[in-house]
Amino acid sequence: MTKPAKLACKALWKVYGDSTAVGHVFGAEIFPPDSSVLDNFGLIGAVQHASLDIAEGEIFVIMGLSGSGKSTLVRLLAGLIKPSFGEIFVDGQDLLKMSEKELIELRRHKMGMVFQHFALLPHLSVLQNVAFPLIIQGMDKPSAQGRAAEVIKLVGLEGREHYFPRELSGGQQQRVGIARSLAVEPELWFLDEPFSALDPLIRREMQDEFLRLQAMLKKTIVFITHDFDEAIRLADRIAIMKDGCIVQVDTPEGLVLDPATDYVREFTRHIPRDKVVSIGAIMQQGDGAGDGIPASAPIAEVAKQVVASDVPLRVIDAAGAPVGKVDREAVIAVLVGE
Amino acid sequence: MSARLGIWLGLFGLTLGLSLTSLGPDWLRVYPDAWVLPLKDSISGAMKWLVEQANFGLFTFTQATRGLAWLIEQPYNLVRNLLESGFMDGVGRRAEQIVPPVSWLAVIAAVVALGHYAKDWILALVVGLAFTYLAVFGQWESAMVTLASVLIAVPIGVGVGLWLGILAYRHRSFELILKPVLDLMQTIPIFAYLVPILFMFGFGPVSALVATVIYAMPPMVRITIMALHGVDPEVVDFGTMAGCNRRQMTWRILIPAAQKHLMVGVNQVIMLSLNMVIIASMIGAGGLGFDVLSALRRLQIGKGFEAGIAIVVLAIAIDRLSQAFAERAGRITAKPTGPLWRRYPRSTLVLGVLVITGLLGLVWPVFQTFPERSALTTGSFWNDGIKYLNINFFDTFEAVKLFFLNFFMLPVKRFFLGIPWPWALVMITALGWRFGGWRLALMALVMAALIVVTGLWEKAMITVYLCGASVVIASVIGIPVGVLAGVSARAGSVIGVVIDTLQTLPSFVYLIPVVMLFRIGDFTAMVAIVAYAVVPAVRYAAHGVRHVSGNLIEAGVVCGCTRTQILRHIRLPLALPEILLGLNQTIMLALSMLVITALVGTRDLGQEVYIALVKADVGRGIVAGLAIAFIAIIADRMITAGAKAARIRYGLEETHG
Repeated sequence: MTKPAKLACKALWKVYGDSTAVGHVFGAEIFPPDSSVLDNFGLIGAVQHASLDIAEGEIFVIMGLSGSGKSTLVRLLAGLIKPSFGEIFVDGQDLLKMSEKELIELRRHKMGMVFQHFALLPHLSVLQNVAFPLIIQGMDKPSAQGRAAEVIKLVGLEGREHYFPRELSGGQQQRVGIARSLAVEPELWFLDEPFSALDPLIRREMQDEFLRLQAMLKKTIVFITHDFDEAIRLADRIAIMKDGCIVQVDTPEGLVLDPATDYVREFTRHIPRDKVVSIGAIMQQGDGAGDGIPASAPIAEVAKQVVASDVPLRVIDAAGAPVGKVDREAVIAVLVGE
Repeated sequence: MSARLGIWLGLFGLTLGLSLTSLGPDWLRVYPDAWVLPLKDSISGAMKWLVEQANFGLFTFTQATRGLAWLIEQPYNLVRNLLESGFMDGVGRRAEQIVPPVSWLAVIAAVVALGHYAKDWILALVVGLAFTYLAVFGQWESAMVTLASVLIAVPIGVGVGLWLGILAYRHRSFELILKPVLDLMQTIPIFAYLVPILFMFGFGPVSALVATVIYAMPPMVRITIMALHGVDPEVVDFGTMAGCNRRQMTWRILIPAAQKHLMVGVNQVIMLSLNMVIIASMIGAGGLGFDVLSALRRLQIGKGFEAGIAIVVLAIAIDRLSQAFAERAGRITAKPTGPLWRRYPRSTLVLGVLVITGLLGLVWPVFQTFPERSALTTGSFWNDGIKYLNINFFDTFEAVKLFFLNFFMLPVKRFFLGIPWPWALVMITALGWRFGGWRLALMALVMAALIVVTGLWEKAMITVYLCGASVVIASVIGIPVGVLAGVSARAGSVIGVVIDTLQTLPSFVYLIPVVMLFRIGDFTAMVAIVAYAVVPAVRYAAHGVRHVSGNLIEAGVVCGCTRTQILRHIRLPLALPEILLGLNQTIMLALSMLVITALVGTRDLGQEVYIALVKADVGRGIVAGLAIAFIAIIADRMITAGAKAARIRYGLEETHG
């Protein structure tokens, strides 16, 4: 990524256990401590040596099974819990060196978060829930509610402003959660398994909704999920976590084509490659016929066109210049899963 | 296992033998007066110094207590004037009423409106009828005095409790200090602090209010801490992410999110206040409690019964109202719009009734106060009823009483009083060691020894005998009933209603019907204690039996167990820890009934506190109160340790937790 990192962390650790032992481990000369050292001190490394650079406008997905430390990592990045060791930068500013007051200001204006179980305030109406972060900032009530009404419209809940959370379905509640997190126009948007508590059908609908919103708003997003399909569908880049460690950070295509470990391979195995791998990955040198297929297009999208053609087709880059050709055999090889 | 059981059986046999044979010199059984430490005199002296001479530099201790008393007195007087006596000009006999109190019709209109606001017309009808009863049966003024006390004590108890709870939630260290204090307050009977409060604030409503608040507040603190910790962590995270500062976090996130649980705490405070306001009539609360107390003292059964029923009616009305408010807290209704009277139709109505009856009352007094002449009284009915029962069934009652006295209570009493106190100390220490290791053994020894050296050993043994006998009977009745309620859903719902009602009744009330039938004495005391203390035995047993893991029951069924076998081999053993905790609560309630039963002539520590109250003898009251507290603490710690050991044995709790 060439853009400057909007959110970054370096050698971030969160270790649970006896506090003097924690001090001892990170005061030691051997760094980073390995898991046997942690075990010796009876410590549990929820997040171990995490380093990430998340670019502005990127959808960055952190994927892992339960207990992998993904929720802890996002809470560290959002400043909800303090790390045992390491640094976190927001726009190049060290989050851990900020005073409580600066942190509150940062949260009020730059950050928004969506929660797995929605975390709506049961005693407030939809409108009041969405306006809540604005009221907390000290905005006057009419402007806060005006702004809240706008965001509610944005997430498609118009007309339900005066409902209470328990009167809404799960999907609608999460729309309120999303509206609320967007009300302050945050630059950083954290979503902690936002769709995991929803039915599969609703989940798909909400994913589309999420992509639609992001196409409009272009936030910098950290998205947590345990669902690899969801990660593939939404992510620009994915970080896969296991036992507190980040195993691999790559684009969905990169993960599928070049899994770093057997663990990652296990995840990618059932992913239909034609939907993830782009034409660029299977094109050959030379030039082909036709107007040109974009190299970044997933194979599934153009498979029909390529297979229908008797001759190899031309592949072009983003600027429209020819960069290679792709033929029927290459596409079929991917489709039948070789 | 069986060898250990043998040892304990042997020790028990030895104790029994020592108790029956009365070997050895007299001082082994009756602790000689000459050896008594003059602890109560020292305490009296210290209190005297505190009240007469203690000085904090800027102000004296007395000024501090007087200031506090003044602060509490102002709102109390206001509410009392409003509800009962009206506003006066001048003092004493020359006082003239310038504004009459709120008319009885207006008060009834107000509670009906509250009932409708909180729930529905049914509740409105129930509370309306309850208050009408108070007026029609001539209990209005006393009931209003009691209501005024509750109306002042509850906000203070809730406010201070909430504040302490929030502090404990915010500062872990404060919680660590507060927890043992709360534990202690729950085991110390109220009477231990009645006397010092009496000494500091004098005889009167303020003392009663202070005692009420101290008694009713701990559950609020506990529930606040629990409710705040119970708020969904995601909601707390959301609050942080929204950039709430600490104040916003507390008042805009935590408290509203925990509102439902907090209302349960408020309900607890109300019920305990109501219970205590009556006990507090011993130190000057007045009202219905005083009516019952004076009727009991003069054995005016009918009058006492009427006032007792009035307390129950008031308690039920307030309880239902506050519970309805607690449920309402989770329910939000859209706010109506329009002119003021349309937005607040109920308040407008009540205000209207207030003004109209107030004005009409100036001309026709019936609108102001319910005419005394038309007041119904059931006093003679109860008196006649009792007379009838006593004339016709005297022998039956007497036979029951004598049977229990001769074959159960007296032998137990003789057994406890016969144990030489040095041997008793040894046994208590041994039991402490058995249940909780050397720490508990040491604590039990020190506390028991303190009871001995203050010269209260004999009274303490009478206390142990009275409570012990009551607890045995309460368990024999309560546990099977609880098990039945836990096993059968239909029985459970019926028993649940009965238990809920019993719990709403203030402890005082239990005494009245029993005195009527059995007159004064230990047996009466025991029946009253059993009636009051049986509730937790039933409740915990039902809970324990009902909440045995479904998997285990299924495993039993698959093994081919009959229902009885499931009960005996699965449900009961697994419910044992819960049953033990219920037993613990039963003991605590039994001990807290002591001072009340002292009214019917028991000679235990309760009587000692009662005498101290009457004579305002601080040292005596505190020492006797502490002795009750020590018994409570020893029993509590031993049973808790036993229950914990059982839980660990069944793997329901971690060894180190």
